[in-house]
Amino acid sequence: MPDIGVRNFAGKINSPNPFWLASAPPTNTGEMIMRAFDAGWGGAVWKTIGEPITNVSSRYSATDWNGQRIMGFNNIELISDRTVEQNLREMAEVKKRYPKNAVIASLMVASTREAWHEIVTRTEGAGADGLELNFGCPHGMSERGMGSAVGQVPEYAEMITAWVKEKAQTPVLVKLTPNISDIRTVARAAKRGGADGLSAINTINSITGIDLDTFVPRPNVDGKSSHGGYCGPAVKPIALNMVQQILADPEAALPLSGIGGIGMWRDAAEFLLLGCGTVQVCTAVMHYGYRIVEDMAEGLDNWMREKGFKTLGDFRGLSLNRVTEWKHLNLNYKIVARIDEQKCIGCDLCHIACWDGAHQCIHLDRVTGPVDGHVELHPIPAAKETESRTSIAETPVTRKERAAAFAPGPYPTPLERIPRVDETECVGCNLCSLVCPVDGCITMVQVDTGLKAETWDERTRGAARGAE
Amino acid sequence: MSTAALPDDEQMRARFGELKPPLSAQAAVIEADRCLNCFDAPCTAACPTHIDVPGFIKRIASGNLRGSALRILDANILGASCARVCPVDVLCEGACVMHRQNRKPIQIGQLQRHAMDAFWASGERVPTAAPGAHKLRVACIGGGPASLACAAELCRQGAQATVIERRELPGGLNTYGVAEYKLRAVDSVREVEMIRQLGVEFRCGVDVGSAAALEALEAEFDFIFLGLGLGAMQRLNIPGEEADGVMNALELIAAYKTGHLRELHGTVAVVGAGNTAIDAANAARRLGATTVYMVYRRGESEMSAFDFEYEHAKQESVQFLWNRLPVAIREEAHGRLLLDTVQVRQEDGKLERVPESQAEIGCDMVVPAIGQSPLTQLLEELRGIEVHDGRIVADRVTGQTGNPRYFAGGDCVNGGREVVDAVAGGKRAARAMLKSAEVAHA
Repeated sequence: MPDIGVRNFAGKINSPNPFWLASAPPTNTGEMIMRAFDAGWGGAVWKTIGEPITNVSSRYSATDWNGQRIMGFNNIELISDRTVEQNLREMAEVKKRYPKNAVIASLMVASTREAWHEIVTRTEGAGADGLELNFGCPHGMSERGMGSAVGQVPEYAEMITAWVKEKAQTPVLVKLTPNISDIRTVARAAKRGGADGLSAINTINSITGIDLDTFVPRPNVDGKSSHGGYCGPAVKPIALNMVQQILADPEAALPLSGIGGIGMWRDAAEFLLLGCGTVQVCTAVMHYGYRIVEDMAEGLDNWMREKGFKTLGDFRGLSLNRVTEWKHLNLNYKIVARIDEQKCIGCDLCHIACWDGAHQCIHLDRVTGPVDGHVELHPIPAAKETESRTSIAETPVTRKERAAAFAPGPYPTPLERIPRVDETECVGCNLCSLVCPVDGCITMVQVDTGLKAETWDERTRGAARGAE
Repeated sequence: MSTAALPDDEQMRARFGELKPPLSAQAAVIEADRCLNCFDAPCTAACPTHIDVPGFIKRIASGNLRGSALRILDANILGASCARVCPVDVLCEGACVMHRQNRKPIQIGQLQRHAMDAFWASGERVPTAAPGAHKLRVACIGGGPASLACAAELCRQGAQATVIERRELPGGLNTYGVAEYKLRAVDSVREVEMIRQLGVEFRCGVDVGSAAALEALEAEFDFIFLGLGLGAMQRLNIPGEEADGVMNALELIAAYKTGHLRELHGTVAVVGAGNTAIDAANAARRLGATTVYMVYRRGESEMSAFDFEYEHAKQESVQFLWNRLPVAIREEAHGRLLLDTVQVRQEDGKLERVPESQAEIGCDMVVPAIGQSPLTQLLEELRGIEVHDGRIVADRVTGQTGNPRYFAGGDCVNGGREVVDAVAGGKRAARAMLKSAEVAHA
């Protein structure tokens, strides 16, 4: 049975599983965090503790897509609005009752050595297993010289990390903002400052949308809005890329707690495969509640069992070196699209996507006869549509007509609607397989080019040598 | 257009409440989002009027409801009634690719209704070309879907069109012949009113039943479109058919839709097993008949009604008597009737009576529903127009008849199909007339 426990993360943080709640509304109080631990969360990063703030109302907005709620989520809420004393009193209580779960204190105070020394001492006194320095919050706090105002200036980040390290007895994680041209610069600074680990990414500056009746962007605060921090499923690809950038850089790489659009075990497995030691979740919990952790733990366990992994260490970072620079990709690797006639439902989205969005090599010519070659040889999609819309169709009213109209053929879809790939023109871009609504209907199949592997780097170096 | 002739009372509303309630706004968007937006969509190809189905559905999803409705109306001016009466199972929804993925097809009919209802509610009008843009003048004989579609298309292109209808209200079977729980007569008339607003002139209560009347029309108009529909329902041709208590299916449906028949009781025997027979049988149940039989001379597997109609009738507790042929109707005391029937079986494709199989069905009403007979009287007057098998012979694409000034479409050409087929026929004829006029003036 696989062990999904975390041991000695960033030096000495342990948790029964890698699933932590990120510093956010779900970790606002001790009561909430204890319920989360009861539900199965391995750790929690306490909602950022600092001088209490005043929040606005409203605070959140979201991007829905194609009927799905909260593809992306945005907030303009600040750090904890509760006093340091209250938070730390509850933290001590949580640690007493849940000694095996990781409790990390997210901190943000004014940029003075004294302020940081004081908060570190007090927090560790309350029993925190680690500290997370919030250098990422992109709204509100940054206007007061905190949060991402620190995280965007490597020198500040290094300096404050060093101050914290002067006092800290527990591991120090630096939470990075993605709102910077190269996230590695601050990751390196944190490492120079002595950080034991990193958390990435914080939320991305965003305006989620504008109300087309009032013309006020969301969230609306008395007729005005402000940029917020974007998170949720939409940001996962951005987060994965930044995590990869950090972990592939020897000057930046540190034990990393991955954050950004994680909502289920599959997302978590991806972050772990890039090298993260733990993951942090917020939006999915705000959407569905703490209970989602059950499937996250079970799903990860089942997947590890299926793959033969016994511990998280068995697969941590396995995918990291599968990311490389473009110039190291094999130019002679060729794949083409194949359509499974038995699975095709005849939506013909691959045809129109290939014609209007790719390389015009998927055709509807199985009945009229295949034509391979250049685009000019084929009727354009609009001609096909016009043909259908000017044809005469009648309601099949008799039993005989209905039987004829719905007569089964050799494939589930009438042959004239099953597209055909011209493999001589297919560039293997994947687009058709991405738009196809049927799993396994379009597969990308490798074809032998007869050429040995060659990268752009090798080709241009070869050319340079030839020129010498 | 006045709907004063149509009943609007609580009892009718309760008895003939809508079979399918409309989708809520959010349900419509959720359903619209399910649509895959197929290229050259099979639903569009299957629709006789070729409504751009994914086009109007995705406009619902985006919140462009006006655009959605106009997308529908561009292809099918009777989009509101078709949304309610089309047998979508064998048309657009039957063609939906979702079936092949074991998923439920998109509820195209319901979404179309949603867009059309929103259009009504908005009070918007359908844009048309400036009147007189075309000098063409066309008379459309018959006030049903074929003529309405033809006239609407002509007016939208700036030509003049006049619909001539024998009855008090236009709309044809949409007004008088569709089960009220699918399409209310008032909704049909409201749709006709929208067509009137396009500039179509209506002459109701006018019968064009003579050569002289036709000649007068020929003098007044450039072309004449025949949207005559089918004639009266076929008779059973059995003794006793003249008895009180015998009322054919279309008469029954028109009678309750216009408020002339409000109540039935006892037992009703409907003869036939087509879609109209089912409409009549279901109506009889809803009007209060305790027992309704459908008497059909052939078997279950041969009934012409759509599967969903058959299922509906079963849900209304209509009882089916298969392979039973009516042979006579006898009048009993107190207005009761006896329908004499005999069992039949198929022998070499012919129906043979089974000896000693007579059975009488005691009932209070007999409703023949064995199809409509084609109009013959007027057609005989139409010189140069070929009639074959009771149908007007017309070009499949243009609807033009042997007499180049006469076009035709709908049931009188196709022998009796759906509203959407009539709309398609009327629209094609209108476009052919416009084209023909352009060529003539060029």
